[in-house]
Amino acid sequence: MSGAAAAQRESGEFGRFAARFMEDRVALIGLAMLVVIVLAALLAPWIAPQNPYDLARVDIMDSRQPPGAKAGEGFVMWLGSDGVGRDLWSGILYGLRISLAVGVLSGVLAATIGMALGLLAAYAGGRTETLIMRVVDLQLSMPSVLLALILVALLGKGVDKIIVALVAVQWAYYARTVRGSALVERRKEYVEAALSLGLSHARTVFRHILPNCLAPVIVIATVQTAHAISLEATLSFLGVGLPQTEPSLGVLISNGFQYMLSGKYWISFFPGVALLLTIVAINLVGDRLRDVLNPRLER
Amino acid sequence: MLAFIIRRLAQAVVVVLAMVSIVFFGAYVVGDPVWMMAPGDATQEQIEEIRRTFGFDQPAHVQFLRFLADIARGEFGRSYVHGSSAIGLILERMPATLELAFAALVFAILFGIPLGLYAGLKPDHWFSRAVMAGSILGFSLPTFWVGLMLIMLFSVMLGWLPATGRGPTVNVLGVETSLLSLEGWRHLMLPAINLGLLKLSLVIRLTRSGAREASLQDYVKFARAKGLSQGRIIGVHILKNILIPIVTVLGLEFGSLVAFSVVTETIFAWPGMGKLLLESIQRLDRPLIVAYVMVVVLLFVTINLIVDILYSALDPRVRITGAES
Repeated sequence: MSGAAAAQRESGEFGRFAARFMEDRVALIGLAMLVVIVLAALLAPWIAPQNPYDLARVDIMDSRQPPGAKAGEGFVMWLGSDGVGRDLWSGILYGLRISLAVGVLSGVLAATIGMALGLLAAYAGGRTETLIMRVVDLQLSMPSVLLALILVALLGKGVDKIIVALVAVQWAYYARTVRGSALVERRKEYVEAALSLGLSHARTVFRHILPNCLAPVIVIATVQTAHAISLEATLSFLGVGLPQTEPSLGVLISNGFQYMLSGKYWISFFPGVALLLTIVAINLVGDRLRDVLNPRLER
Repeated sequence: MLAFIIRRLAQAVVVVLAMVSIVFFGAYVVGDPVWMMAPGDATQEQIEEIRRTFGFDQPAHVQFLRFLADIARGEFGRSYVHGSSAIGLILERMPATLELAFAALVFAILFGIPLGLYAGLKPDHWFSRAVMAGSILGFSLPTFWVGLMLIMLFSVMLGWLPATGRGPTVNVLGVETSLLSLEGWRHLMLPAINLGLLKLSLVIRLTRSGAREASLQDYVKFARAKGLSQGRIIGVHILKNILIPIVTVLGLEFGSLVAFSVVTETIFAWPGMGKLLLESIQRLDRPLIVAYVMVVVLLFVTINLIVDILYSALDPRVRITGAES
């Protein structure tokens, strides 16, 4: 088959996939939200009225202003300001960057580790498989929040440690999913064909089996990324997550908690809305992906 | 049946042993506890002294065996911060956490099953759609933020319910409970709703899918053909058949309620063991952390064991397929 024909077939498949995805209006709204959120996070330095972490631009006189108040520099703080006078809208845009980066990075690492171990378990079988799957079972029987808390307790604070904890609570889901589909794929004839052609095991696993296991991984990846973002926010809120120098949405919400009881709700409320919208958008997209990629629902 | 229980019991012991090892090598080998126990200006000799007194100079496997022996005797050492027995502190706070988790579970069941039944039996009604959309939201909402919003709405703005603490407790047979006074209920309400919300979505979804499946079964059609009232069909025939999976899942989820109570207890200043764990993490109080982990793991394994055995008693097919594999 010529390269052009292959490319055309690929785009045809992707086109069909995209068309089916678009059929659902709610999922489209989710996708649109997600695109806007990611763009807002990427463009934060250009669209935020203030760099909230540039001390020269933050005025303590602006602190704890309600939504709609005017900052000393002249711009309107539509969402109010926090305890030290930072514009909350700018803070949220910058916070989104950190929340998304931590969530996505930990997701990618967890997916890589989980897929490698899942493939190994399915392909090697025997003792290796039993050992890996026992660890997976053990891990999945513990609630992720507890496991992450304990890991953070043992490792200490810091961005790298949070990512390690988030990877540790996520990899098992990928491993279990990949093993499940790899076990099915392994028995198929194309694998036998590849092996009898004399292809190496590594090539068979990574070039032939792995691509056929990716559909469920994509679904898991959306759900898990949303989960990781939420978990990071939870840890940061509890004061054992990201430090104040990396103000993710969770850190912002945590900072606002002390003002809550005196009625200054906006400092916690708006970062929480941003967090919620992000998680809902990812989940809506993930829900639709599951329906579209599930071969059992294929028409 | 006996063979089944013994096999499950053996698995449980392996899980506990695995967790003990992980906790030990995590807490005692990765970091050096001496630095937490020694005063900031301690001399090298003093540090060596502490190391010898607590046996930290021994090789890892000797320490591990001693650790196992201590745990077997129920001895987890003394809290660095409180100075009293770590396990004692945990057990003292445990009733508050269990009470909260239990109240959250009851909340989830009381609201989840009727809503789920409605959504499952009338899937096209607008209210069912609203319930299902709400349950997606329930999965997405971060627990801690919902807690903040509950405080904001019901305590700060409306002033209906207290935001912090447990309120007065009544001592019943040696256990402090807040279930026996109105003030106790008022304090329990918000934390229980906060903790139960996540499980509410789960109960709604389980009940709905169960009800949808069951309402198409022949026995329901037959009951309808016999002229039984709709209420009896739903309440007796459908509900009875969908309860098994719901009870199983909820049993397993009770452990995760206890784990998530760390978040809820911190927000509402509920004096349970979750709040204690968080304080211990912030103060690096290792004996307390280890004791907490062990108590929760034991709780988990016990719950799983009970659910497994109950399930196999309710549904004999599990036992048979379990024996074959």
